[in-house]
Amino acid sequence: MNEKYEAVIGLEVHAQLLTESKAFCSCSTKFGNVPNSNVCPVCLGHPGVLPVLNKKVVEFITLMGLATNCTINERSVFARKNYFYPDLPKGYQISQYELPVCEHGFVTVTSKDRDKKKVGITRIHMEEDAGKSIHDQAFETLVDVNRCGVPLIEIVSEPDIRSAEEAVQYLTKLRQIVQYLEICDGNMEEGSLRCDANISVRKKGQKEFGTKTEIKNMNSFRNLEKAINFEIERQIEIIEDGGKIIQQTLLWNPDKNEAVPMRSKEEAHDYRYFPEPDLLPVIITESWKKEIAAKLPELPEVRRERFVRDFNLPVYDAEILTLNKGIADYYEDIVKVTKDFKSASNWVMGDVLKIINEEKIDIKDFPIKAENLGELINLINEGTISGKIAKDIFPIMLKEQKSPLEIVKEKNLVQISSSSEIENVIVKILEDHSSEVNTYFEGKEKVFGFFVGQVMKATNGKANPKIVNDILKAKLEKLRN
Amino acid sequence: MLPYSDQKEKLNKIKSGKLSLKENIESFLQRIEENKKLNAFNFVLDNEAKADAERIEQKIKAGKAGRLAGMVIAVKDVLSIKDKPTTCSSDILRSFTSVYTATAVQKLIDEDAIIIGKTNCDEFAMGSSNENSAFGPVLNPIDNERVPGGSSGGSAAAVAAKLCDAALGSDTGGSIRQPASFCGVYGLKPTYGRISRYGLTAFASSFDTVGAFANNVYDLSILTEVMSGKDEKDSTSSDNKIPEITNNLTADDRKFRIGIAKEYFGKGLSSEIREENKKLIKKLADSGFEIIDITLPHSEYTIAAYYILTTAEASSNLARYDGVKYGHRTKEKAPLTEMYKASRSEGFGSEVKRRIMLGTYVLSHGYYDAYYIKAQKVRRLIKNDFDEAFNKVDIILTPTTPTTAFKLGEKSSDPLEMYLNDIFTTSANLAGIPGISIPIGKDSNGLPIGTQLLAKQFDELSLLQLSYFIEQKIFT
Repeated sequence: MNEKYEAVIGLEVHAQLLTESKAFCSCSTKFGNVPNSNVCPVCLGHPGVLPVLNKKVVEFITLMGLATNCTINERSVFARKNYFYPDLPKGYQISQYELPVCEHGFVTVTSKDRDKKKVGITRIHMEEDAGKSIHDQAFETLVDVNRCGVPLIEIVSEPDIRSAEEAVQYLTKLRQIVQYLEICDGNMEEGSLRCDANISVRKKGQKEFGTKTEIKNMNSFRNLEKAINFEIERQIEIIEDGGKIIQQTLLWNPDKNEAVPMRSKEEAHDYRYFPEPDLLPVIITESWKKEIAAKLPELPEVRRERFVRDFNLPVYDAEILTLNKGIADYYEDIVKVTKDFKSASNWVMGDVLKIINEEKIDIKDFPIKAENLGELINLINEGTISGKIAKDIFPIMLKEQKSPLEIVKEKNLVQISSSSEIENVIVKILEDHSSEVNTYFEGKEKVFGFFVGQVMKATNGKANPKIVNDILKAKLEKLRN
Repeated sequence: MLPYSDQKEKLNKIKSGKLSLKENIESFLQRIEENKKLNAFNFVLDNEAKADAERIEQKIKAGKAGRLAGMVIAVKDVLSIKDKPTTCSSDILRSFTSVYTATAVQKLIDEDAIIIGKTNCDEFAMGSSNENSAFGPVLNPIDNERVPGGSSGGSAAAVAAKLCDAALGSDTGGSIRQPASFCGVYGLKPTYGRISRYGLTAFASSFDTVGAFANNVYDLSILTEVMSGKDEKDSTSSDNKIPEITNNLTADDRKFRIGIAKEYFGKGLSSEIREENKKLIKKLADSGFEIIDITLPHSEYTIAAYYILTTAEASSNLARYDGVKYGHRTKEKAPLTEMYKASRSEGFGSEVKRRIMLGTYVLSHGYYDAYYIKAQKVRRLIKNDFDEAFNKVDIILTPTTPTTAFKLGEKSSDPLEMYLNDIFTTSANLAGIPGISIPIGKDSNGLPIGTQLLAKQFDELSLLQLSYFIEQKIFT
């Protein structure tokens, strides 16, 4: 970015809530069902139907508000946002406007340089999702109403964000929180977490905001980052060339890596908000709020600190392990079995996350049970198997749902720790490779590894490496003298 | 004209074999046929009604029938009945069939009432004369050159012409009380939230109510009782206790303090209506009721506030009729926006369009505060007026309408004059209170004159008790 400028960014994030039924009717919210099968007269907007609020939605948004330090308004009001679109059967979306549930919150984000920063949350409100329009040439436009009425929360940030990197950190934080609360799966590709960005730039030191633009349609963290950087550069270029920024809405095109303005007609909306007369104001009493607060799980920051404290982990490890609630739960299940906290962390951050990222699976679907991984670590620490053998057992555990001990027994992989047994092998190998022994004595100590390799080969890798090292060294020294 | 005076007598006669329900249905169907020119019905469910009559007659004989067994009821064509058309008397829904039944209708069916058909009305319940219907106007059975009132004109006419025992209507600003008055029958608009709106096609959601028309107070009472109550499908329905009305109709209760508001007897009121209402007040005073002068100071703002708020809500409620999912879609092959415009231009009538335009305007950016918010404040003041008044009185008595039934076409060119016909009825919808119109006499042309009684929220019982007294003791 041009050093003279700074960016001012605010995000509007939509999170689809994991309720079983829709916000205002009892239809299922299940993703991926046959188009137009999760529907009823209410979400189809038939004449005479009325919305009935799903209480879970209120519970979920209250959890989110509490987790992001918001004020929970005792009274909030639904409003109608009026516009015509084929995937909006009623011709209006039930949302909240003047009186949302949550206001005045913040989250703390940590940058790569470990600087902490508060990003303010203006408001969080409830609303219903629209359906999907599928633009198909053969049939012109098809509409799938399954998603219509699925509950969403919209989280509106203050313009506190100053870079694309910070925007990514903020969104990561929000995703982490909704996943910890188990109110949204946080999947950006499937659209259960969506993000629009308001962006302006100004000269450093300038107090007033510049003219902002809005960018929509960024369906991944990468696209969010790219789109914001694109727009910052675009705006700076215009200003540097003496031009003026036009307030407009842009659509991010991920294939072309550019943001294109929407037609002005498409954005010239007057939504004619007014209070939804079919729904009563939502009243969250102090006692209900307390009841909901009691359901608040341990939040990521607290958990991270606890991991550092209780498991003596480096902050880096704790942060990676707590990024995702499922991973953190998995880790905690491992350390119920083994007391080697750091090895457990290394296994999770290394082998486990590698598989999860490669296979793009959820930790829930990871084939190795946490207790088995704990047992594997114990087998190493007890000297039953070597670390090397453990790395061989791990892929077997991935394929077969067996305990590591079973596999060790089945495949006869118990480590040889008997000194005499190992000594015999070593003596034989040194006899058979006298020329290599001489090379070693000539100062090429690398050959030491060759001997270790031969011992391992002869023992099918089962020899305890430490004992091998010790005896081999001793034997060679003896020969040298 | 009917061989029974009310539902109680009808049920007894069927039980004792003095009345055949089958024949009763046949004679209603015949009368409907003979009075076709009234245009009261959009659809007659003759086969269904005949089948119901047979089934329910058996139930009655077996002693297993519900409270409304055999009562023949017409339903305004804005209420849903499963697998039956719901057109709202609009071209945009001419081909629409409901997939579920409105709660109020279901409650009648559950008590073994027989639904005989769906009645004509002003399009989407917008109008005061029943002239705004895609199926043509309804004629007043008393004088066929005159309107029956609106918007529930078909229901009022059907009850007045004895084409059914009773009928359902909806009342957003007077749409039950005004036609009841014009046709000389009883019509009750309940408290907002008393009867579920689920299945009532929305016009103005915070004003809409479902209510009934009948030829006597007992029938109106039993219908109101049956339809009342909290409905999980309508968040705005109230869990206020359902009053026992029919068991508490006595003709010798003089406990009510009756309020007379000068604002409802001012200029614009026909002298004959004023006289008939004054006569009634005198008789009530003579019967021992306390008559108290009250004031409702914000009355002059009711029509303005009413038309701003109801059109705002209507503009949003009618957005769903867009040609996409159901209802009329233009035959023209046009891009999306043009498809919307053409479908809605072709499907809606002029009064509906006028109200959508008005409502869209008052909600628009820059006008919202000046119109919508201000009208909400006025609504609060009008409600406060009534709260004050009901500290002093139990019931407020007013004329139902400023004039008796006018001629077809007489007011259709002047929307404002048409709107002023609701001048006495809209306040009850703004305040959410119950109101009833009862027939009290006729003008020199033989046209019915009505009185409106208003009570505080959820006090339908007092309204019906005083109506019963008037029916039994004053007009015997």
